[in-house]
Amino acid sequence: MASLRYERRIHATADEVWGVITEPESIPEWFPGVVSCTLEGTRRVLTLATGIEMPEEILVNDSIQRRFVYRIDSPLYRFHLGSIDVIALSPEESLCVYSTTAEPDTLCLLIGGGTAGALVEIARIAECVAAARVG
Amino acid sequence: MRRGGESGVVVGRKILFITTDQQRYDTVGANGGTLSRTPVLDGLAREGIRYERCQPTSVVCMPSRASMLTGQYPSTHGAWMNGVALAPDAPSVAESLHDLGYATALIGKAHFEPFMDPFGRFAENALASLGVPTLEAPWFDGRQGVHRGFDFLEFATHGVMGPLHYAKWIQRAHPEALPGFYSVVDGDFNVNAAGGGDTGAPQVKWNDVPREWYHTDWVADRTIAWLDEQTDDQDWFCWMSFPDPHHPWDPPSSERHRVDWREVPLPENYPTSATEREALLDQKARHWRLWYDGRVVSNYEAPKKWVPATMTADQVREVNAMNAIEVELIDEAIGRVLARVAAKGWDEDLDVIFTSDHGELQGDFGLLFKGPYHVDALMRLPLIWRPAPSTSPVASVVHAPVSLVSLAATFLEVAGAAAPSWLEGATLPVSDDDAISRGFEATVTEWDSALFGVEVHVRSVLTSDYLYSEYGAGTMHDGSEGELYNLVDDPLQRVNLFNDPERAAERAALSERLRAHAERPGERATPGLLVAPV
Repeated sequence: MASLRYERRIHATADEVWGVITEPESIPEWFPGVVSCTLEGTRRVLTLATGIEMPEEILVNDSIQRRFVYRIDSPLYRFHLGSIDVIALSPEESLCVYSTTAEPDTLCLLIGGGTAGALVEIARIAECVAAARVG
Repeated sequence: MRRGGESGVVVGRKILFITTDQQRYDTVGANGGTLSRTPVLDGLAREGIRYERCQPTSVVCMPSRASMLTGQYPSTHGAWMNGVALAPDAPSVAESLHDLGYATALIGKAHFEPFMDPFGRFAENALASLGVPTLEAPWFDGRQGVHRGFDFLEFATHGVMGPLHYAKWIQRAHPEALPGFYSVVDGDFNVNAAGGGDTGAPQVKWNDVPREWYHTDWVADRTIAWLDEQTDDQDWFCWMSFPDPHHPWDPPSSERHRVDWREVPLPENYPTSATEREALLDQKARHWRLWYDGRVVSNYEAPKKWVPATMTADQVREVNAMNAIEVELIDEAIGRVLARVAAKGWDEDLDVIFTSDHGELQGDFGLLFKGPYHVDALMRLPLIWRPAPSTSPVASVVHAPVSLVSLAATFLEVAGAAAPSWLEGATLPVSDDDAISRGFEATVTEWDSALFGVEVHVRSVLTSDYLYSEYGAGTMHDGSEGELYNLVDDPLQRVNLFNDPERAAERAALSERLRAHAERPGERATPGLLVAPV
């Protein structure tokens, strides 16, 4: 079992960052390589640019704690847990933490690499929202 | 051939750049190899320039291939180890040629971006599923246009799984052939240690796939198909990139008759007794012996669950037989492509450059695969340049050390283009006199890796007389270790002179060359992020 954690300071309010993440169907906008997704209850199925379909179970989507937790439900993984936390650092700045725990270890590295790219996109979108607010 | 105005100067040509993956210098007949028959490459060498000492910038795929494309060392282009993508805006010789009006294609193995990318966030892994993004039909994320300067891309790698074009083709067209291939990775997504063949050698399997469905022939077929779409007056640059003879060694069973492993001699640098092997390894930096004993796996490219000390002489023979068969298939595939070019009447204007990205240990020092082991097995490469006959080239053999970092500059010179400022390599010399006059005295090979808690840094410089390596501080070295081999007295690199006081002057001079390399002028890309093991 391996864990990887990436974090990024974002010049946007915690609510603005959380607004990017909290809608489960918005993931194609911010996770590189996700072409589209479907959502039925807590089950989300991603269609990836490789043509792979990746089913996920959403475990937590808590707007009060600003915490999103999900599990990849694929036979390739013996275990997977992904979590995104948004923490207010100041009225204008947030910390977004994207953690991955997985087994086999190698798959943790692969997913973790994707989450690093996702943080870049989350920051880009949230900072656009913040810029629009400030005018 | 297009000629410029009244001068008659060649302003453009056709360039066939052929690469293999993990092929040693001594596997080619023209270089003295006897196990494989390589008449096509031997013929190109007779007509053109054969290089005796070609070194890679790195002994693993991604950094080395990125150097071929960019003409830069890994510490400049930023793809510093396997699993680190070359930046999307990195320089590309293909882009320069595209801008000159060349049709540009890369067919086969690219690997500027990590293979292990289930999301397809890197273009190489998405192209087969999504097609080439165009202005009319951009990708879902808005991307459009050529990728790294290539306007045609069809990819293959070592297996039949994954999202690349060859894998998708054989999965769709010939699913019955899939079980014949060796599974490159195991259930933990580590390089597979499972043995096969007659001897139980790792990454060996007899493959029931018909030869015409194997990736070597597929790469040649797809190259021919692309060539058939070009017109006579179109200049082109085609990178035909064979995934073999990189492991797994699973060539078609129909070709088994070519080389009987029982008759394969052991490599000159394979110490037959364990005592001799261990004594040789103990002279080198400590990670050599640690890996041999199975106490450390220094890098992802060797199977995590395989212990080199368990390798038998027969396993070495069988691996080398399989490798030789794959080399022969490549030679024949190249012959088919060249025959098509000749049939079109283009041969007079065709430059052919053949090389590989790095070598393979293949039994040397009792080891297999590759890693931070800077010796000839991994660092001495085949390189042949057959200039276009219309330029009346003089056949020669260049003994001076040259590097793959020179390839991009060479392609641009063939095209008659000025050298861009981002190139770090000079055009390949065409003779020893040319090499001397232009100062080809030394080449540098870099290694940096940091994966799963193991960190290794090596810098090596090769001259006509010496191979010298310095190890940076990592998890296995404290920064004081090194290796020094006298290539004249010790061509097999068995006697490490690093701590010999009588060699202090040579060591200091070579160390100064490495310092100069580290401090060379020029802008460096930010080192990329490690996002996959390969």
